[in-house]
Amino acid sequence: MEELLQSFIGESWLLYVILAVPPLVFILLYALVTVWTEMKVSAHMQDRVAYMYTGPHGLFQPVADILKLLQKEDTIPAAADKTLFRLAPFLVFTGTYAGFAALPFSSAYIGSNINLGVFYIVAVSSIVVVGLLMAGWASNNKWSLFGAMRSAAQVISYEIPTALALLIAVMITGSLNLQEVIRFQDGGIFNWVVFGGPFPLLQKLLLLPFTFIAFLILFVAGIAEVNRTPFDLPEAESELVQGYNTEYSGMKFAIFYLAEYANMYLVSAIAACVFLGGWSSPFGDFMSGPLWGVFWIVLKGFFFVFLQIWIRWTLPRLRVDQLMYTSWKVLTPFLFVCVFAVGLILVL
Amino acid sequence: MDFTTIVFYLFAAITLGSGAVVVFSRNIVHSAFSLLFAFFGVAGLYVLLLADFLAVTQLLIYVGGILVLLIFGVMLTSSVIDVQIKTGTVQVLPALFIVGALAAALLTVFWSTEWKVLPDPPAVDTTAPQIGELLLTTYLLPFEIASVILLVALVGAAMIARREKQA
Repeated sequence: MEELLQSFIGESWLLYVILAVPPLVFILLYALVTVWTEMKVSAHMQDRVAYMYTGPHGLFQPVADILKLLQKEDTIPAAADKTLFRLAPFLVFTGTYAGFAALPFSSAYIGSNINLGVFYIVAVSSIVVVGLLMAGWASNNKWSLFGAMRSAAQVISYEIPTALALLIAVMITGSLNLQEVIRFQDGGIFNWVVFGGPFPLLQKLLLLPFTFIAFLILFVAGIAEVNRTPFDLPEAESELVQGYNTEYSGMKFAIFYLAEYANMYLVSAIAACVFLGGWSSPFGDFMSGPLWGVFWIVLKGFFFVFLQIWIRWTLPRLRVDQLMYTSWKVLTPFLFVCVFAVGLILVL
Repeated sequence: MDFTTIVFYLFAAITLGSGAVVVFSRNIVHSAFSLLFAFFGVAGLYVLLLADFLAVTQLLIYVGGILVLLIFGVMLTSSVIDVQIKTGTVQVLPALFIVGALAAALLTVFWSTEWKVLPDPPAVDTTAPQIGELLLTTYLLPFEIASVILLVALVGAAMIARREKQA
């Protein structure tokens, strides 16, 4: 797509602006769909019906919600640090959106085809942590501050399992470029890294348990990184009111919400890209191509978003010590073993 | 001015501007947060120097690690324990002297170095493989020493944190 656009408008700043737009459009549309899905899924799991009045099965409720949020008064607490309070939601969203820059949507479209894609996304997501801390501190509210602290501790702890799990996929595919990682797995469901990658049968069977564990851990750590149940301690309603975004209202609150939903898709799509073949079709050459690629990657991403929603409304919340225990004493040692074993198998 | 030049000045302005806020702000939390933009600007400058791996590492280590730790420390001391940390100006004369000497040294290096200007952007794909190879061959010893030092620091930190419990 980059080359195609270049042939139309040449090498100018306009090219980069146009290339940056599709992920934003995607995030906005996807957030509408997911807000509705989340409410509906949670309601049906609890034997309720959720939105029913605004449009068929409440389909227009998210639109109505947005209109409401746009009109709401934008309150800032008198004792808040006003500059930082205003800046925080945008910083959080910027961190998430920057991650989308290196996320492939099809074999033909990626915001920026950088060679360090995987590494870049891991690094840039740390801006989100700073944004959350800023929100918590600027609100000048105990609950917000505690929420922000918990969030930062949690995201940093779970970044290690995430990075190690991604490292396993990078070791197998031999590239940090997400497009290359996906191309490596092209050619059907059994070439996906989660099933051992496109290797001879023996090597594949040896790799399979380790890659599968790494994939599961990546998914768990992903849920923790987006602060959702069972890892939603930063906004534990029963203890902290609403955590770091307690004091936010109107559009600022909406931006936090949008960033959270965008982050959900981001971690899902990364898992889909490095372990489940990204935009490549599970049936080999059947139903493959740039346009089908969009379909496959969005389908895989949405599947994990749905899984996250499912888990959120099924499991209770962990305690803080259990949260740290899970990351440092369970997930990380398991991954060390996996990294070592995968390295050994690849060398042999 | 072409696109790259504009981007260079943009990142340079971000780095210098937020660096100034870090130094001149009366509020230490503002200083800590504006470090984020300074680090970000430097990462951007690295990208323009074709040092992509260095740029991303800069983001990961400085923003994700050091900055968060710093903000944690500042927030815990100033907001939870209620100690007001104010930045002020003390010892103007010695500071002026040291800063002047440092600036003079840096400027001398800047003017006396013969900068090699590459005619075209060289076709560097990515620097990650080369850096990895060098770290595990030529610079293996410094790499290992650095990792051992980090491990010692980690063990030390854990020990200090544990000691409180026994008392």
